[in-house]
Amino acid sequence: MKSAAMIEMRKVNKWFGDFHALKDIDVTVDRGEKYVVCGPSGSGKSTMIRLVNRLEAHQSGQVIVDGIELGDDLRKIEAIRREVGMVFQSFNLFPHLTVLENLTLAPVWVRNLPRAEAEELALHLLERVRIPEQARKYPGQLSGGQQQRVAIARALCMRPKIMLFDEPTSALDPEMIKEVLDVMIELAEEGMTMIVVTHEMGFARTVADRVLFMDQGEIVESGPPGEFFSSPKTDRARLFLSQILGH
Amino acid sequence: MGQVRTTTLPRPAAHSPLAWLRANLFSNRANALTTLVIVYLLWQAVPPFINWAFLDAVWQTADPKVCRALRGEGACWAFVTEKHRFILFGTYPFEQHWRPALASAILIALWAVSALRVFWKGWLAPVWAGGLAAIGFLMWGGVFGLPYVENERWGGLILTLLLATFGIALAFPLSILLALARRSTMPVLQGLAIGFIELVRGVPLISLLFMASVMLPLFLPSGVTIDKLLRAQIALILFAAAYLAEVVRGGLQAIPAGQYEAADSLGLSYWKKTLLVILPQALRIAIPPLVNSFIGFFKDTSLVLIIGLFDLLSTIKVSLTEPAWSGFGVEAYLFASIVYFAFCYAMSSYSQNLERQLARAEEGKRR
Repeated sequence: MKSAAMIEMRKVNKWFGDFHALKDIDVTVDRGEKYVVCGPSGSGKSTMIRLVNRLEAHQSGQVIVDGIELGDDLRKIEAIRREVGMVFQSFNLFPHLTVLENLTLAPVWVRNLPRAEAEELALHLLERVRIPEQARKYPGQLSGGQQQRVAIARALCMRPKIMLFDEPTSALDPEMIKEVLDVMIELAEEGMTMIVVTHEMGFARTVADRVLFMDQGEIVESGPPGEFFSSPKTDRARLFLSQILGH
Repeated sequence: MGQVRTTTLPRPAAHSPLAWLRANLFSNRANALTTLVIVYLLWQAVPPFINWAFLDAVWQTADPKVCRALRGEGACWAFVTEKHRFILFGTYPFEQHWRPALASAILIALWAVSALRVFWKGWLAPVWAGGLAAIGFLMWGGVFGLPYVENERWGGLILTLLLATFGIALAFPLSILLALARRSTMPVLQGLAIGFIELVRGVPLISLLFMASVMLPLFLPSGVTIDKLLRAQIALILFAAAYLAEVVRGGLQAIPAGQYEAADSLGLSYWKKTLLVILPQALRIAIPPLVNSFIGFFKDTSLVLIIGLFDLLSTIKVSLTEPAWSGFGVEAYLFASIVYFAFCYAMSSYSQNLERQLARAEEGKRR
């Protein structure tokens, strides 16, 4: 029987020079599961999810995504990246292209989709993130919340099996956070496999199957959100939760 | 916003010329003094220059004695009118001068067409290929009843334009490859790029040209000869590429890591990422220093005179060696300056225009 695991990390270690950034990470995310990763800054959350599409390379252990083990083989890496969408804290839209061109770039040049088809897909996805009227504008003309929704649509244009979110709302003004979270909640409800690094605990409670709490490169605690928020097992998690929920 | 500004900033009350003068040129004592000094200097310099260059000038005469009679009181533009054929076309056979003239016109037209964004289409490449082929036919001849002219005899404006055109057209892509190689993670590639750039950048263009014209033939196997013009052109290309590579690298370094990551995360391969995402942004940032280098390079082509090629500046220098007309160097070099200035200024104002267009397209109205 084929395993349902979409992402498997086994005993993964990563160093930046002398700094041990990830220590013996073991995570398995099944198809359709939503993981929320939280923890203090510098705890390795971003590094961990960046292993999944190999924006960072691990030095020991195994990272297996959609049945393919990631290594130095560029073709495997590109194959994985086609199936894994990523949304960044700083949006990283291509400023020299219009919104529509941002969305169609990868479908046309990576998936070899005919341009007309790619545009149809892009407009459909812009509709889903509720900004179809912005298609002909440049990213610099949009608000932060709109830009992040374009970034989500851009990732979805590749029809990914997995979506990674690296603090998607941290760079947004408070009034724009909701519009982005709403789109992410919808996506979760449709059954997308997701790993989300975020401190939006409301979002974690609503959609997460599991919350991972990381500190100093380790996964300190892992459990369903209800359990994690009401009765954290470790002092470190209790301290962290009191800091982010305490006001 | 606008209202806040008008109340906080002092502004001349009236728009009369007198008020404008007071506000801009005589606002305080130092300012007034500077204005007066500059006006005095202009008054000393400009009218005599106008007299010399226009009013007392001789525009046309076949007799150098007429010019000599001026004793420097007026410009002898007659020198330029008399010698313009040689200055513009060098030692090209006199009765065939229409050929380099037409070739120059074609080349300038190609640049003009390429400058317009509406023509940035796929057919521009074949148009260039066709244009350059036509220039080759015209200049060399040997077909369609045109007598053959070896390129030893090419000279003047067309030589300058050809050296600059091929120089920029080939050095620019080469420089992009060099800049990418220098930023590559492959140590060998990076080492080669750094070695080339530093080596070529570290020597004066003159010595490169000398090496190309004097030393290179010594290293070639006997029987193999490379044309002098081609050797100079290669030296110019390598020199320009080394400089441009650093300009392009500057543009590449200005692109945030997030752009690379976003392109990677979408599954774009290295070349697609580079061509579709990174270079369009990097080159746009690099337009001002790139055009700066292009302009410098256009003028650097005049250094080929030291290895005996007759570009525009060399033909002027040679014209001045004729005893009957010697001594009109000021007029001759002013003419050269005007020609060079026309081309450089065209490049410069085009680049500013292009920057404005690109900025307008991307930043939109909200900013």
